[in-house]
Amino acid sequence: MNRDELRNAVLEELSGIAPDIDLASFDDNANLQDEYDLDSMDALNLAEAVHKRLGVNIPDQDYARMHCIAELLDYLEKKL
Amino acid sequence: MPSMGADMDSGKLVEWKVKPGDRVKKGQVVAAVETSKAVLDVEVFEDGVVEELYVEEDTDVDVGEPLARIGDGSRVGKQKPQAAGKEQTQPASETKTEPEAEPKATPKKPSAKEPAVVPAAAKPESEGRVPASPAARRKARKAGMALADLRGSGPAGAIVLRDLQSAQPSKPATRPGPGPGFDRGQMRAAIAAAMSRAKREIPHYYLANTVDLHAAEQWLTGYNEHQPPENRLLLSALFMKATALALARYSELNGHYAGDGFTAATQVNLGMAVHLRGGGLVAPAIMDADTLTLPELMHQLRNLVRRARGGGLRVSEMAGGTATVTALGDRGVDTVYGVIYPPQVAMIGIGRAHRRPLAVDDGVAVRLSVDITLAADHRVCDGHLGALFLNEIEQRLQQPEAL
Repeated sequence: MNRDELRNAVLEELSGIAPDIDLASFDDNANLQDEYDLDSMDALNLAEAVHKRLGVNIPDQDYARMHCIAELLDYLEKKL
Repeated sequence: MPSMGADMDSGKLVEWKVKPGDRVKKGQVVAAVETSKAVLDVEVFEDGVVEELYVEEDTDVDVGEPLARIGDGSRVGKQKPQAAGKEQTQPASETKTEPEAEPKATPKKPSAKEPAVVPAAAKPESEGRVPASPAARRKARKAGMALADLRGSGPAGAIVLRDLQSAQPSKPATRPGPGPGFDRGQMRAAIAAAMSRAKREIPHYYLANTVDLHAAEQWLTGYNEHQPPENRLLLSALFMKATALALARYSELNGHYAGDGFTAATQVNLGMAVHLRGGGLVAPAIMDADTLTLPELMHQLRNLVRRARGGGLRVSEMAGGTATVTALGDRGVDTVYGVIYPPQVAMIGIGRAHRRPLAVDDGVAVRLSVDITLAADHRVCDGHLGALFLNEIEQRLQQPEAL
């Protein structure tokens, strides 16, 4: 899975959690909490979706350090 | 039509999920009702056979009006009785106290049971599905339309019946159009009505307490370390559990205030104000929250938030709350003072958990902490009791392993 495919998969899961986010103009480097209004429950749901879809179980400690989709993709690229 | 909370006195029956002759089981979802705030699933209270549906789909029905008759099946298709007042779906609060109530006007048919809502455990739904009302979901399936291709105009962009209507080709509708569904304006009006009533009728008093979360954070980090995301806990679950346990002890804060005064509830059904993405608010309840383990509570919390935003809340969850928690989340504010949701008598506010200097022993330490507040009904109790209640929550949070 290349970076684009990975990004598409992650954004698809994100849009299931926050359907109001406009993916066409999505900014990978924007803070998910501040820019896209994701709360801790949304973030947990995203971690679960990533786990189910990609099989990557991101430890809570690592996940807490990620603030944008770019950081999540960097992490997942190393694990896949 | 069951009561759906203080701010809703009628609803539109948008879908029957059963037909006369169908056998139904207690807790089964038999209909979907669209209110100003959400599309809700209506559950049946007794086992039996659906004998007659009194109301057609897409009809507005006042709370208290009968929806259907459920009995032993011997009267399938018979006429609706003139005095139908007894045979109706009852508000959840009444059915809890009179679960065995029989229609007294019809002693010759002892098997006729009253369909009614019951508090049901939150049912798991599939993840990440397109938010849509149950009626819209079914209609789309029948029509072979993909929900993902539609634009939703309901709460949080949920797809409602009229969205399917407008998306359909010129083919005439099989039945009259659904009429105006709920919209942002109606949601606003419902919140306005309930909150105006609260501020008009309830003499609120307010208390606040800063709670050190050091122990809770340490425990939670250890707990979550080896858990996959689906089993992890959030601080919210700890707050909810500590609050539920404190409510069980201080019953003057847990119950309903009606015309004849305050009645303490026998169980703790903890409501949670859920902010809907795009605007609006609902406050469904987790039943018997004080008896659930943390993982159970967390599961229900996630489920409730998902259904609040995506559709599938039950009437019993909307009307059954005995006290409510409001939290403005991680981006929120240090302190939130709530407005009580009538007929309840207490609203617990959870601020943003953040690090700040606290006095610890003889020094100052930077600790994760949170402001927990109480807005309570002064007709029912005084500040002294409220203070004991907030202290109980604080003490509970110092022993997270015991929650």
